[in-house]
Amino acid sequence: MNPAADRSLARHEGIALTQKRVFTVDRLFHVFTYLSALAALLLLVGVIVALIEGSLPALAKFKFGFFFRDMWDPVKEDFGALAPLFGTLVTAAIAMIIAVPVGIGIAIFLTELCPRALRRPIGIAIELLAGVPSIIFGIWGLFVLAPFLQKNVQPALIGAFENIPVLSSLFAGPPYGIGIATAGLILAIMVLPFVTAITRDVFQTVPAMQKEAAYGVGCTTWEVVRHIVIPHTRIGILGGVMLGLGRALGETMAVTFVIGNAHEIGTSLFGPGTTISATIASEFTEAVGDLYTSSLIALGLLLFIVTFIVLACARLLLMRLSQRPGL
Amino acid sequence: MFEGAVQTMSSAEAPVRMPEKVTVKGLNFFYGKAQALFDVSMPLYGRAVTAIIGPSGCGKSTLLRVLNRIYDLYPDQRAEGAVLLDGTNILDPRLDLNVLRSRIGMVFQKPTPFPMTIYDNIAFGVRLYERVSAADMDVRVETALRRAALWDEVKDKLRQSGLGLSGGQQQRLCIARTIAVNPEVILMDEPCSALDPISTARVEELIDELKSQYTIAIVTHNMQQAARVSSQTAFMFLGKLVEFGPTGMIFTSPSDSRTQDYITGRFG
Amino acid sequence: MMNRALYARRRMVNRIIAALSTGAAALGILVLALVLATLFAEGFAGLKLSTFTEMTPPPGNSGGLLNAIAGSLILTGAATLVGAPLGIFAGTYMAEYGRYSRLTPTIRFINDVLLSAPSIVIGLFVYEIMVVPMGHFSAWSGIVALAIIVIPITLRTTEDMLALVPSQLREAAVALGAPMWRVIWKVSYRAALGGMLTGVLLAVARISGETAPLLFTALNNQFWSTNFGAPMASLPATIFQFAMSPYPDWQRLAWAGALLITLAVLLLNVFARVLASRQRQR
Repeated sequence: MNPAADRSLARHEGIALTQKRVFTVDRLFHVFTYLSALAALLLLVGVIVALIEGSLPALAKFKFGFFFRDMWDPVKEDFGALAPLFGTLVTAAIAMIIAVPVGIGIAIFLTELCPRALRRPIGIAIELLAGVPSIIFGIWGLFVLAPFLQKNVQPALIGAFENIPVLSSLFAGPPYGIGIATAGLILAIMVLPFVTAITRDVFQTVPAMQKEAAYGVGCTTWEVVRHIVIPHTRIGILGGVMLGLGRALGETMAVTFVIGNAHEIGTSLFGPGTTISATIASEFTEAVGDLYTSSLIALGLLLFIVTFIVLACARLLLMRLSQRPGL
Repeated sequence: MFEGAVQTMSSAEAPVRMPEKVTVKGLNFFYGKAQALFDVSMPLYGRAVTAIIGPSGCGKSTLLRVLNRIYDLYPDQRAEGAVLLDGTNILDPRLDLNVLRSRIGMVFQKPTPFPMTIYDNIAFGVRLYERVSAADMDVRVETALRRAALWDEVKDKLRQSGLGLSGGQQQRLCIARTIAVNPEVILMDEPCSALDPISTARVEELIDELKSQYTIAIVTHNMQQAARVSSQTAFMFLGKLVEFGPTGMIFTSPSDSRTQDYITGRFG
Repeated sequence: MMNRALYARRRMVNRIIAALSTGAAALGILVLALVLATLFAEGFAGLKLSTFTEMTPPPGNSGGLLNAIAGSLILTGAATLVGAPLGIFAGTYMAEYGRYSRLTPTIRFINDVLLSAPSIVIGLFVYEIMVVPMGHFSAWSGIVALAIIVIPITLRTTEDMLALVPSQLREAAVALGAPMWRVIWKVSYRAALGGMLTGVLLAVARISGETAPLLFTALNNQFWSTNFGAPMASLPATIFQFAMSPYPDWQRLAWAGALLITLAVLLLNVFARVLASRQRQR
């Protein structure tokens, strides 16, 4: 049997039946997967377009000043995004101020100080906790943290700073329990596993040899971290922090329960406030009237743009890191 | 065209005019802007083993990979010139690549059994080209495995994963897989470099048995292996074909000083 | 001659930092343990047989979470069925056909951004494109919203896992003459199967706990409903409603629901890790 004689190499000559069918399947599958990939791209475009379209009524009425007005009156149909925007930024800032140092501290602990046997279990625990849904943190905040803060922490702090000029308004009462500070705290707890995991992963990319060289010269653990690990991973840490920030800005459920849902820009950390996502979550289904709904969608557009910028920068940073190992 | 074709063998055999199964003519190859093969021309004689030797980076694997156009998978690699299989230029863009690869098979450096049963590994290739009944497929699988000298070792574990075999067995499985589709030419890219000496010896025995039926081109960095299994040898250096001729002649009295240096171990 | 004072200071600084970072670790573990402990305590206290057999009650009454659990299962399952194949096929294009195309890095970048985008915005998007034209909330919209969250996750894992398949394996299949789609289905997919499944499991775990995208798409439903064209109950939405309310019965059910979700998510994550490590061993 010499099948070679049957196997002409030319494309158009007699090809066995199996071959012909196989070619169209290949084309089909290629096109199909290509379209699926395009869908991912189109999704982003679709989201932006839909959000813009939904915001148009509000933007037409209030113009771009909408994003900087401090006004939220559903009865008079007068809306402005400043209070939610303020709340979003402040709670995210509080969260990052707490979560980043603690997260880096935990990462240092895990990579340098922790007994080897415990490293994997703790690492796995952190990653599992990063997957816990945010609503859990929300109700924990509402039922456990807020009452605790209201009874034990806030009164003490209010009393302590009572007579000090600037701080007295920062820590002014009454102690609600819920409020901007509590929301920031809950966000910090939520973002913490995330920042820790990324920082730890980034720390682990430092070649062992470089650390050993430093230890070999007599450096203390902290000196190794400060002079070898952190310079090596600076960009990665920054990328991880920005990813965490992106998360914190967009977080809804953890915050909605404890922020107090008040459209005010207070000076006190203990006062109530609102964030963009909390506003949308609490008010959307009850929003009456096109302008109300449209304003809420405009808020969503603002949030999307802000998080998009933060996340895009984060990804760019992390991409550069993987392209330049060693610096 | 080549002296080697008509030259007498080292023993007193009558001159044999061997048919050229594959002819490489003026082949230039590029990885992006970098040129890797410079005007290479050589024959592969039918039912014979041709060894391609040379130091690392000389282009021997590159040359082999042109012969079944596997480089086509990578957009920045391209070949210019002609490679004739029984007279047809396989570098022609209109060529049916799948059929080409059914006629020219390849065995790779690292054994690469597919993540399936041993049976399916063999059947995979057959099913690409023929509709075969289950009973006939059993026969094809057994034939291929017997020809690859693997049947006795795996006949009871046909339904087990191919990944469970030893390195040498996996490589023989890959060879069985390649011959199951009845190719005419078999390309081997350093097939023994990842194997232990005993498996290497078995694969070399296999090559010896296969050469009566197939045209074989084998790239190897092991000169003793080249001397053992091949009848023709090509020596390559820095992307050029330096010398081509009967194996005995290349190894005992090469014409080019670079060949001489390589054979005596002066470099690479 | 070593400077004693300098050395002492270095050691002191090191000790302080070490204490701080160990303290940070302890604090982190403590807080997270506290959260879980409360969750388990309150959740198990509210968990009874009736939780699984009765519907969500009107305020002030006791009841269960049956319709919410069923709704969550339906929404999650359907969203995975819709979103996972899209993500997988998109990832397949990027890793196999489009490996050297300029489109692929762009999609990868956009996808990574979508991965971390606020899920409430996704909810708004689906509201605009489905709820408004339809005129009412429905399970369909909820499914689409969740599917949009599933796609980036499965796309990313699929692309990563397929990229790990050794090119020699692909070449061996191509060298036999197999067309690309067979190489993908019979070789690449089989080699990467564990990893791809892990991605799907992680996606399921993620959407099981998502509340925001459901709030104005599938809304919520107090009664039993399997009508996809109508609002559908879900655990997260129910927890949201019940926890924010002043009724103790509802709050108890909220904790029970929270516990159920957390257990499901943790189990899925553990399962996914086991699969991933078995995949790595091959």
